[in-house]
Amino acid sequence: MASVRLEGIRKTYPNGHVAARDLDLEIADGEFMVLVGPSGCGKSTALRIVAGLETPTGGRVLIGDRDVTGLPPQERDIAMVFQTYALYPHMTVRENLGFGLRMRGVAKATIVDRVVKVAEALALGQVLDRKPGQLSGGQRQRVALGRAMVREPQAFLFDEPLSNLDAKLRVETRAELARLHRRLAATIVYVTHDQEEAMTLGGRVAVLRDGKVEQVAPPMELYRRPATVFVGGFVGSPAMNFLPGDIMGRTDGSTLGIRPHDVVLVPPGQGDLDAKVDVVEPRGSELLVHLRLDGLGSERELRVVAPPEPMVPADTVTGVRFDRERLHWFDRQGRRVE
Amino acid sequence: MTGEPGRGRWATVAIVGLIAATAFPFYWAIVSSFTPESRLFSAPRLFPDTLVLDHYRALFTEREFWVPIRNSLVVAGTTTAFCVAVGALCAYALARLRFRGKAPLLALILAVSMFPQISVVSPLYLLLRALRLINTYPGLILPYLTFAMPLTVWLLVGIFRQLPAELEEAAMVDGASRLRTFLEVVIPLALPGLATTAILTFVYSWNEFLFALSFTLGPERQTVPVAIALLRGQYQVPWGQILAGSIIATAPVALLVLAFQRRIVQGLTAGAVKG
Amino acid sequence: MRGRPLPRGDPGYGVERREARLAWWLVSPALAAIVLVALFPLVWTVWESLHLHDLRMPWLGQPFIGLGNYLEAVGDERFRAAMGHTLFFAVVSVTLELALGTMLALAMNRAFRGRGLMRASVLVPWAMPTVVSGLLWKFMFDGDAGIANAALVKVGVLDQPLVWFIRTGFAWVPVILADVWKTTPFVALLLLAGLQNIDASLYEAARIDGASAWRQFRFVTLPLLRPAILVALIFRTLDAFRVFDLIYVMTGGGPGTSTEPIALYTFNSLLQYLRFGYGSALSVIVFVVTFALALVYIRYLGAGLTETKA
Repeated sequence: MASVRLEGIRKTYPNGHVAARDLDLEIADGEFMVLVGPSGCGKSTALRIVAGLETPTGGRVLIGDRDVTGLPPQERDIAMVFQTYALYPHMTVRENLGFGLRMRGVAKATIVDRVVKVAEALALGQVLDRKPGQLSGGQRQRVALGRAMVREPQAFLFDEPLSNLDAKLRVETRAELARLHRRLAATIVYVTHDQEEAMTLGGRVAVLRDGKVEQVAPPMELYRRPATVFVGGFVGSPAMNFLPGDIMGRTDGSTLGIRPHDVVLVPPGQGDLDAKVDVVEPRGSELLVHLRLDGLGSERELRVVAPPEPMVPADTVTGVRFDRERLHWFDRQGRRVE
Repeated sequence: MTGEPGRGRWATVAIVGLIAATAFPFYWAIVSSFTPESRLFSAPRLFPDTLVLDHYRALFTEREFWVPIRNSLVVAGTTTAFCVAVGALCAYALARLRFRGKAPLLALILAVSMFPQISVVSPLYLLLRALRLINTYPGLILPYLTFAMPLTVWLLVGIFRQLPAELEEAAMVDGASRLRTFLEVVIPLALPGLATTAILTFVYSWNEFLFALSFTLGPERQTVPVAIALLRGQYQVPWGQILAGSIIATAPVALLVLAFQRRIVQGLTAGAVKG
Repeated sequence: MRGRPLPRGDPGYGVERREARLAWWLVSPALAAIVLVALFPLVWTVWESLHLHDLRMPWLGQPFIGLGNYLEAVGDERFRAAMGHTLFFAVVSVTLELALGTMLALAMNRAFRGRGLMRASVLVPWAMPTVVSGLLWKFMFDGDAGIANAALVKVGVLDQPLVWFIRTGFAWVPVILADVWKTTPFVALLLLAGLQNIDASLYEAARIDGASAWRQFRFVTLPLLRPAILVALIFRTLDAFRVFDLIYVMTGGGPGTSTEPIALYTFNSLLQYLRFGYGSALSVIVFVVTFALALVYIRYLGAGLTETKA
């Protein structure tokens, strides 16, 4: 395994679209790094640049200590799992798994050996002579994984590998991936648009936006100390509430962020503010209450997670109290201030 | 779909009409090719009572019709094989590789496919004459490249583009060079498309007339369409033999096309509709 | 997205250069073939057209005469007539093919039984050599007791059999019928593909909105079918302008030269009268006309034809 570094990566397409602007990211040897962000943020581009499937307009890519920027994918010793798995439909599972090794001229005996080992590790031993078309979705996923594992590369790249799976399989495969990471001490770069997936899988998570890294940190730090308004609003569900700072007495144009879980409903007049209940969504273990704050210039919405009982009726007025230890303050530019 | 139930009947009538109208000239040609010479122009009967093999026999015994058949097979076959092989390489580069001049090249290929054949007959004639290739196999295959090459490239570019690019990316990440990816991943997957392209190219080459007429001098190298068109009788037009020859001329391509109908229709219309 | 290459100082430059080099290796055989047998001859034709080159009179050499051949063509009655014939043939056959083709496509779009038989009957006329289809129809219209005459007399349209190929103007009938027979099914196929691309829910929405079948056709079908119609128009018009095989084998341009299209007149000038210079000028004119038509159509259809995607 090796580390992966992106230094000052820029990528501008001929039609003018800027996919990456001055992207810096360092992934340590053996680390599970998740790249997450809304569509168009450049996460897939960044991954493909690491793979060599796209060439950056500027900057460097280093794998281990090797500058691979000018190298095609064949020479980079990385393995990639694609969103659609990209299994070779005309080859058997065995041939799919062994393809990479065959391309690199590895001895036949070694190929057979490694293929069998990986197949067994992934419970694919029975289907080695079938073609991808005859496999279930989960099996295909595992073959894609196996193809990467057989190569014993310096790093694994994953491009939204779970988006094609149903919810149950997704959860199972997530666990599988976590296990894989532990067992192989693999360097993994993983791209997803699902923030929940990012939070559960990542050792560190990089939140991307508009071609730049907004914040890189372990999941809990992103959640507890988001560096910008964007990260605060992106991580965590339901999303963080943002209110003008003067609600709590700050007149310097700053923004207050408070998570729905960190707000308590109290009788009117007894909290920091009063608000009108708009919509109540019962979610079984909790209530998601949408509140309206009038008289703030533009009508503000506040989301609060409340215990399932007592039921909060709509169109009533209620008070809200913010947990003082969970206030997030952001300056005019959206950056965190303490 | 739209409309009241009466519409369905109208549609079926139209279809039956189409099939009948299309089939009738065929049917008539086939029947007539088995009709003895003497009866050919007397009062025609839809369902004949006598059928003979005279015309077919005459074609082979008196006219050595197997010669033009052989010529057509050689020319169409070689043209197809060459164009599909060379065209596939060119098409893959156009479909997947990055290089300057791609758009102009595609435009050039499209433009050449629109050349009226008549416009290149004279220089090709002079060129072939200078190379002493008049009335030879290469003397037909070379001119055939004019339409066969753009056709195969155009079709194959579409076919390669339709393959999921991720497969080729996976192969490259796996360590396969562009060329190996092409041979081991792209070609196996594109085989149906390659077959369709080959069939279409073969059909166009087999049916070609103007070049075959202009660049051959006599029966030794004439192709089937030319041989039939030039069939002359001593006293009158030998319709029986002409029709028999026509049936023979059409049979191979008709069979090929019927065997691969669905693919061919797809191939023909995909390029057109998408364009 | 990956059209233009990277500049020299770019980190990816090496990779792209290798790819470009491989690309040119792959492209060159096909390109060489095309240049050799298409481009080069075309240039030669243009060059020839500017010279006097009569193979029957080689002692005259090949002097440069500038636009002399072209001027002669403009004044050449037979050439002007040939243009007229070509135009007539193109307009009539393309119109018929489009109209019939549309009706057939509409019908084929609904009927579900016998799809295979339909496809087969459509493909075989397309697949046969043009000369063969010409001969089939010539045979049917030939002779007093040819099937066409016999049928028409029996039905009462004719009092007595016509000699179709001797009477100026009448010769066009079997010719156009042969062309329509051979290519209408193909046009129908093109249009059918276009029809099948139209979302069925659009018709349902229109029906709910109260549109009659005719209005559905006018406001849903026709506009969405436009690209397919234009494609069919391009192909068929270009083909009709280049018509040669059919007429050569059915009428030879006759009676006299009354059905001679420009391709056949050019052919005769070249290989019958051996006037290579003049014939080349005619070739160029055919080429220019064809191209102008193609450009006009392509302008209409838009630039989707040269789009590339890596």
